[in-house]
Amino acid sequence: MAIRRLKHTRTHAHACMLQTPLDDFQEELVIRPLHSGDIYASFQFRTVWDADFMGDQKVSHYRLFPKSLGQVITKFSVRELHISFTQGYWRTMQWGQPYLPSPPGAELWVWFQDTVTDVDGTWKELTNVLSGIFCASLNFIDSTNTVQPSASFKPLGIGNVTDHSFLRYATLPREIVCTENLTPWKKLLPCGSKAGLSVLLKSEKLFHSTFHSQAVHVRPVCQDPQCRTTSMELRQTLNVVFDLHTSGQGKREWSLFKMFSRTLTEACPLASSSKVYVDVTDNPQFELSPATPLLTQAVVLGDRRTYSVYDLTQQASFGSSRSLNMLLRWKAADGEMLRPLLHSERYVAGYGLQAGEIHTLIYNHHPYRAFPVLLLSAVPWYLRLYIHTLTVSSKGKDNRPSYIHYQPSKDRERPHLLEMLLQLPPNSVTEVTVEFERALLKWTEYTPDPNHGFYVGSSVISALVPSVVAMDTNSTLDRPLFSSFFPCKEEASYFMRVYTEPLLVNLPTPDFSMPYNVICLTCTVVAVGYGSLYNLLTRTFQVDEPSPGLAKRIANVIRRFRGVPLL
Amino acid sequence: DLNDKAGQFFNSGHTNNWAVLVCTSRFWFNYRHVANTLSVYRSVKRLGIPDSRIVLMLADDMACNHRNPKPATVFSHKNMELNVYGDDVEVDYRGYEVTVENFLRVLTGRLPASTPRSKRLLSDDRSNILIYLTGHGGNGFLKFQDSEEISNVELADAFEQMWQKRRYNELLFIIDTCQGASMYERFYSPNLMALASSQVGEDSLSHQPDLAIGVHLMDRYTFYLLEFLEDIHPSSTTNMNQLFKVCPKSQCVSTPGHRTDLFLRDPGRVLITDFFGSVRKVEITMETINLSSPMEPLPER
Repeated sequence: MAIRRLKHTRTHAHACMLQTPLDDFQEELVIRPLHSGDIYASFQFRTVWDADFMGDQKVSHYRLFPKSLGQVITKFSVRELHISFTQGYWRTMQWGQPYLPSPPGAELWVWFQDTVTDVDGTWKELTNVLSGIFCASLNFIDSTNTVQPSASFKPLGIGNVTDHSFLRYATLPREIVCTENLTPWKKLLPCGSKAGLSVLLKSEKLFHSTFHSQAVHVRPVCQDPQCRTTSMELRQTLNVVFDLHTSGQGKREWSLFKMFSRTLTEACPLASSSKVYVDVTDNPQFELSPATPLLTQAVVLGDRRTYSVYDLTQQASFGSSRSLNMLLRWKAADGEMLRPLLHSERYVAGYGLQAGEIHTLIYNHHPYRAFPVLLLSAVPWYLRLYIHTLTVSSKGKDNRPSYIHYQPSKDRERPHLLEMLLQLPPNSVTEVTVEFERALLKWTEYTPDPNHGFYVGSSVISALVPSVVAMDTNSTLDRPLFSSFFPCKEEASYFMRVYTEPLLVNLPTPDFSMPYNVICLTCTVVAVGYGSLYNLLTRTFQVDEPSPGLAKRIANVIRRFRGVPLL
Repeated sequence: DLNDKAGQFFNSGHTNNWAVLVCTSRFWFNYRHVANTLSVYRSVKRLGIPDSRIVLMLADDMACNHRNPKPATVFSHKNMELNVYGDDVEVDYRGYEVTVENFLRVLTGRLPASTPRSKRLLSDDRSNILIYLTGHGGNGFLKFQDSEEISNVELADAFEQMWQKRRYNELLFIIDTCQGASMYERFYSPNLMALASSQVGEDSLSHQPDLAIGVHLMDRYTFYLLEFLEDIHPSSTTNMNQLFKVCPKSQCVSTPGHRTDLFLRDPGRVLITDFFGSVRKVEITMETINLSSPMEPLPER
């Protein structure tokens, strides 16, 4: 089995249009069987474009890079943009670490260029424009759920900026993801959903899954090791985990057709590289067909894994049936999963509708190494945190954070922001506890369904986790996309981000039918009480003769004519 | 004869078509209101109105709701025959964004400056607009998301604002709620035609439940309206009088009503595609063009 480094050639623009900057598109799908029997598929579509968005020349000719995003970047002077839409929660202990983590709901964080004067105003306009592009309610992002993290969200592209006033971060944990978000996301791809790997993206199968996450990441990257030229990179990623029982019918056998109800027939003609990687590190347990001679090794998430590679640009990959449908069949049960080193949980404790406690548990499963983590929590203003009750303890002993950044909330203006640098002892659980009190909202601030509860966004834990295998620090080498997302500065550790669960908290909710009830009751009391009294005081009784029968009435008429007194 | 047909084609006087489709109900048991709106959306898209000209407002998500046994689908017929959600759908206002204020702002065009184009009704005085509302209603009001209401007076005033700002050429208003006819009683602006699924004092009923999904899938009036629209194609010449006959009392149990006194043209001469479809400007030419003759290259500048 030969291990080959596959080179990709850049698609050069046509000879008579040399003044247009060069752009390049790569697409990739990684299929990773999980130990619980589920299967994890991760799509990445990467467009790299040499255009200088901040230069004097206005960028006007778009080829592979989508115009809607390019105009957004230029108009709002965006340096980096990361937006993700997720349905479901990533189960780290059952599935391992994802290639690209994301919290449930919608998450948006943006680094603006330092030429922006009014960052808050630009942020508000940017969220409105993005809500139109992605058909999501991102216009609900305002100052009550936006924070400026001071340490957790460093730029993922190039940039030495340390001024965090140009960074904004917001989450909408309640945001739903459905086909209406997938449709505009697919329209940003150069081949749309017509050719290449994107033909597999059918909503009926993708949303019938345990976890679905689609994201767009835009950042500037270096072109060469000395970083003399920079280009703009757009990565569109889609991660999905199919459940063994709901999608797999309980049988541990997966194929592209079973997962996506489609097979691959061709690569995207605009792509310089189009590959499918299947993680075969646990190969003796399962059999992969059709067999491929191409194998590659990559160091990702601190582990060296082996992958079978299908190159869709080669016609031979499709075989005689002109379609590629990988089949993975399990023969034996799996061995032990590599235990994820960093894991976290979060929950609300307490009873009643007045007070409570938020507990965040961070697990370090490394047997002998301790490492620091950055914990970021953004709590909405209606949960009033009592920071003097903040306790951090590991293994029963007090663990003081070496760096705390806390910004208190302001009612109806700002949420709480708490960032801490914690040192996690080896093989331990660190518990962060803080008490809170619930606020009473004004009656117009309740959602139409307040008894559902109110969401608190996920906490973010960012860490440089020690790696078992030496990581590759050369970022310009040709590597599979899934291993080159997070920049790697040192060999001994890799960057990881873990998101906790969002919290659902019940706030004291009034009975909204009470105004109507009060009006009815008061009016009834007034009508019965006052009305009766008024009648008693002012009603007079008169004697009234009953009306006479017909004969008597005719007789009375005749008597009136005669002038005689009536009966 | 050809000139007469061409004259008939350009009779309506509108140059573009818009649609504002609103579902005002939240919660899983109101699945049928979302299915109603999506089936009108589907028909309107099929007959030619593009997504950029449709403002779709859905107050709740049914397709990816955790109670939906078939995610990313919304069915209109039982036994899951027709998925009206489809693969290519763009919802402009969803969830908590569907409020009376946003609806009136969309109609009158008074939106904040940073509102994206897909959320605006950018109609002009040559636009024919289709407005479809569905949800729970009563005598003179329509309920939005179980927390607020729009009254028929507000709606009539919004249409008058639209008329004075020259935001429509002709407007077709369809409402499928209980006592829907009360919503168009107060209209007073010209060029409005209205249809409702039930008269004042009557309830609009739902069509049929699906036992696998567990809720009623569609309302009767919109179900028969969808069946009627499935027979229309972009070049069909069916006129409005046929639309008024959709869902008689024997099928709908309620009596559908309509109002045409404010409409200047005769409803018998108004095509269904004037509102549900999209105008294509066609120029009739009498000369023949030979497509197989070799092309002459353009002279170099």
